Amino acid sequence: MTRLGESTRRVEDPRFLRGQGRFVADIEFLGMLEGMVVRSPHAHARIGRINAAKALRMPGVVAIWTAQDLPRPCPIIPPRLSSTPELQLALQPVLAETIVRYVGEPVALVVATNRYVAEDAAALIEVEYQPLPVVGEMGDGAVNDPVNDPLHPGMSDNVIYRRRFVKGDVETVLQSAPHRLSLNFQVQRHSGVPLETRGLVARPIEDRIEVYGPTKVVHFNRSVLAQLLGWPIERIRFIEPDVGGGFGIRGEFYPEDFLIPFAALKLRCPVRWIEDRREHLMSSNHSRQQDHSVQVGFSDEGRLLALCDTIWVDSGAYVRTHGVTVPELTQAMLPGPYDWPALDIAVNVCLTNKTPTGTYRGPGRFEGTFVRERTLDAIANELGLDPIRVRRVNLIPPEKLPYSNGLTALGQEVVFDSGDYQAALDRALMEMNYTGFPDRRRESAKLGRLRGFGVACFVEKSGLGPWETARIALLGDGKVACFSGLAALGQGTETMLAQIVASNLAMDMEDVLVVHGDTDSVPTGHGTFASRGAVVGGTAAYRAAEVLKDRIIRVGAQALEAHPDDMVLKESAVFVRGVPAKKISFAAIWAEADRLGIELDVEERFEAQHMTYPYGVHCAEMEIDPLTGEFRVLRYGVAYDVGRAINPALVQGQIVGGVAQGIGGAWLEELAYDSEGQLLSASLMDYLLPGAPEVPDVEVWLTEDAPAPSNPLGTKGSGEGGVVGVAPALANAIVSALGISDQVACQLPLTPERVRTWVQLRKEGGL
Amino acid sequence: MKPAPFDYIVPQSLEEALGLLHDLIAQGVDVKVIAGGQSLMPLMNMRLATPAALIDLESLSGELAYIEEGNGLLRVGPLTPHYRLEESPVIARACPIITEAEALIGHPQIRSRGTIGGSLSHADPSAELPLIWTLLEGRAILATKTGQRVLRPQEFFISYLMTALAPDEIITEVQLPVALEGVGQALEEFSPRHGDFALAAVACQVSLDEAGCLRGARLAVGGAGPTPIDVSEVLEGYRGEAVTEKLALAVANQMVTHLDPPDDLHASREYRLNLVRELGRRAILKSYQRCLRTTDV
Amino acid sequence: MAEFNTKSMSYVLRVNGREYPVTDVEPRMLLADILRDTLRLTGTHLGCEHGVCGACTVLVDERPVRSCLMLGVQARGRNIETVEGISDTDSLSPLQEAFWEHHALQCGFCTPGVLMTAQHFLKTHERATRQQVREALSGNLCRCTGYQPIVDAILSLVEDASGPTP
Repeated sequence: MTRLGESTRRVEDPRFLRGQGRFVADIEFLGMLEGMVVRSPHAHARIGRINAAKALRMPGVVAIWTAQDLPRPCPIIPPRLSSTPELQLALQPVLAETIVRYVGEPVALVVATNRYVAEDAAALIEVEYQPLPVVGEMGDGAVNDPVNDPLHPGMSDNVIYRRRFVKGDVETVLQSAPHRLSLNFQVQRHSGVPLETRGLVARPIEDRIEVYGPTKVVHFNRSVLAQLLGWPIERIRFIEPDVGGGFGIRGEFYPEDFLIPFAALKLRCPVRWIEDRREHLMSSNHSRQQDHSVQVGFSDEGRLLALCDTIWVDSGAYVRTHGVTVPELTQAMLPGPYDWPALDIAVNVCLTNKTPTGTYRGPGRFEGTFVRERTLDAIANELGLDPIRVRRVNLIPPEKLPYSNGLTALGQEVVFDSGDYQAALDRALMEMNYTGFPDRRRESAKLGRLRGFGVACFVEKSGLGPWETARIALLGDGKVACFSGLAALGQGTETMLAQIVASNLAMDMEDVLVVHGDTDSVPTGHGTFASRGAVVGGTAAYRAAEVLKDRIIRVGAQALEAHPDDMVLKESAVFVRGVPAKKISFAAIWAEADRLGIELDVEERFEAQHMTYPYGVHCAEMEIDPLTGEFRVLRYGVAYDVGRAINPALVQGQIVGGVAQGIGGAWLEELAYDSEGQLLSASLMDYLLPGAPEVPDVEVWLTEDAPAPSNPLGTKGSGEGGVVGVAPALANAIVSALGISDQVACQLPLTPERVRTWVQLRKEGGL
Repeated sequence: MKPAPFDYIVPQSLEEALGLLHDLIAQGVDVKVIAGGQSLMPLMNMRLATPAALIDLESLSGELAYIEEGNGLLRVGPLTPHYRLEESPVIARACPIITEAEALIGHPQIRSRGTIGGSLSHADPSAELPLIWTLLEGRAILATKTGQRVLRPQEFFISYLMTALAPDEIITEVQLPVALEGVGQALEEFSPRHGDFALAAVACQVSLDEAGCLRGARLAVGGAGPTPIDVSEVLEGYRGEAVTEKLALAVANQMVTHLDPPDDLHASREYRLNLVRELGRRAILKSYQRCLRTTDV
Repeated sequence: MAEFNTKSMSYVLRVNGREYPVTDVEPRMLLADILRDTLRLTGTHLGCEHGVCGACTVLVDERPVRSCLMLGVQARGRNIETVEGISDTDSLSPLQEAFWEHHALQCGFCTPGVLMTAQHFLKTHERATRQQVREALSGNLCRCTGYQPIVDAILSLVEDASGPTP
């Protein structure tokens, strides 16, 4: 029997281990054609004549569409989250009509018998472009430079969105503060880059269409497609196959999510589209690019007095489905686990001629945690204090929780619900043997290496509502089906749901059949994102299982002629307490219920009014080779309080995997552009994902000190805590190793070349 | 990312391959030869290379994949894949720096298919085998339908991804001098990730005289210019001197004055110079240490 | 006489011990596409098509090879092994079991390629260090697991020569 809190194996794994996963590119239908998107090679240009005649004459080419061939006006993709009226000016059409605004923007769709032929045809399509000036950089230059006309009609400049939050009299506090620091931070553009690229298969059946592939939010995407096609949603079925990683970027509604179904409907046959890696890097959502100008005031003891931050976010050429989620979350989560008396956080979202952006695992927190935690170490350095001490005097104490920082994100006020931030820090430092660090540093110094220790505290958000449903039914063979509106992107959603249901019904999780990601089987749902799966969908499943359990007991009690209070569930059967011989199996219960007319098919909905806030600490100990700037992470650890772990091994997997992505973002990955707006990192040779030798072993210290008060499982999300603290932990370790702080390690990625430059600064500083 | 169409040709002998190459070029056909394909296939998949015809040399492996040692010469067939170099006891004895380098070349999958001939022909200036071949002043035998010629590294490498190979020419043998008793070799490189092309690499070979001082020395740099660069002349002035940390640093400092590396996405010119200096220092000292070890034995 | 092939060709591939006829395909077809689309052995995945990610790794004559950098026609006369051939239908192999036990996969997309690389590594190593395993995996990118459980799974099947951790 499966229990909650047990590190079980995953129910998903056998099919993947046998190569029997069914990813979108594995789907094949008779007569299926292959779509391919022709993309702009220019960052900003007016489209002239498009001549596809030669391509259309090629054997195997079935159809070619440009914006002129689409319904008028050209369909435009609406935001899913965090929409505001001004964003409407910059939404993306499914094909560029008169102007292309980034390299990779869809210009035409080719449909052919296979991808080889489609690529042959795409090479023959002639598109005339008249290049326009490129808005390459965000910030004041992009706004004030007269060369930079607004990228979209109706905009007065290229800042599409501004928001400022002020708490307290920041100016006065800063002026009167005993100490002040000004720091500038840069986070580079990078993104989730799942191992599987995007893809779709659309297949018309009678008066309906099936769309395979759109994941994460199938119900929302279905409503968008319905709206763009002018169809009722009932005629559209979205089916999520196995998914090769999500990380925020996958499963949003992209131009292809209209184009491929559209082509399938026009041609009356199945059409498949599989994005290649080059397309992926230039067309799927980018993320993370931000500049921060920080002013911070603090006391002699390191007490934080005021934080003023002006944030610029490079949003790329269009506003996509995430609206301003990333800027909002950056602002709302920037204060972190500290008690700031005064805050002034302004965020400006700028449009540039680059690939549009969206969320990437830990959106806004990867950036904000870097800025804040790096700032705390700068303060410690300025005062000559231990960075740990500066944190200790400022962490919000448990007795102050619930604590509102006054900001809002995703439509709700940020209220940290439960936690003991100090305890997490203590645990991490104890595990890392922080007190022994000075000795270890001396040992390294003997070998000519600089040893550093870095720490980063964070609070995460998780469990975004509004709600999720779960339908649970006992089946005739005594197994149970669980229908959920969640999506599975690789994190073990099926295992998590099966485990919750099985533990509640005292059965083996292998006997729980999880059904999800099919809008015909599960009519409503919100999908999987924002670390919401276990919290919201898991709780719905938990509640539905409770209800089903009651009914099973009722039926069992009748059948066994005993009182319901005396019923015990064990091994897929109902027993009379103390009488092991008196039992009835779930299969027999089903037959009995059928006879009695009792419905053993229940649905429950869990409304999540507020998010719940997990927290933790990242620690890194590293050695730097001062001559090359190369660093080696000697130990890496994460203390993470998840409230209650449903399956600790899954949580651990999320944290370790998140750290690996954080390592990529902190050290290696960058979507770099040249001044013409050409993407320089358009292959995996130039976009450097961390490999097995680059990722250190990660120690995870899971704690359950602070269960979520808002759900019966007490669980908090675990999808993003692994990624958010890596950059500051590494940056602070570098600072610790070098012994200097000002304007050092404030720029990501922390490449060996940059580290080497900072080593030089240290020498020049006479240290 | 799928290759454009091409005619696929499988020759039965080297002679036939050279004949076909000659004839197709005479007819104006854009023809390319493919060995392991680990450099060419990515270019073809991305359609940065779209040959109209592809002559696959793999069928000639029986003829052109071999490792032979004799008369102080190591002779390697161009179709010898990396993994065979990596695992060869002959290589480990006669040219240990290749064994050392192979572990750094790409990944196991690349080493299964990639060949020494392919690596030299691709001519990436930061690749390991071109660097070692330059260091050791090897030779390559190049053949056409009508004859053959022998080129040194300085003649063979022309620029970034460019060689002296004529369109109708194929490398038929790679030659390297066998490392003499008492010689120490070392390769030091720095790459962003394990298996990546190096941002900079330095290879060194030294031998010592009876007094334990520098007798012969060779030094070459990869990733610091359009081709691997032989900077052995820098060491000339130090013959007869004791190999110390100070000497290594002096040589390394002098070495970088001969270089003009590029700025690119992955490293600036200054950083590359810095790396070369440090890697050079290490390579000199390491090859010296190895020299001492082999001499003692 | 040399063999010339232009528009289409037919050949036989030996995959997981079985002979498969491949008829009327263009010579430019990549081995990965032949396996996936022609033979419908879709366990081999394509993640980049330019030889970096390793998702398409198969064994060719017992060596790991990227099937996106090899033409299908080049695999004639070779022994090809794919993830589908690792175990019979009844049970998982010890390697697959170890992956399951250690949570060495999440989304499962890189897994087939990783398994093939690991197969080769285990065949050639009776003992290994963590670092050796990590280097052997350097040609297989995984975006979910952080590699650590993959390393654990492989090391559980060899003698661990790592020595004590620092």
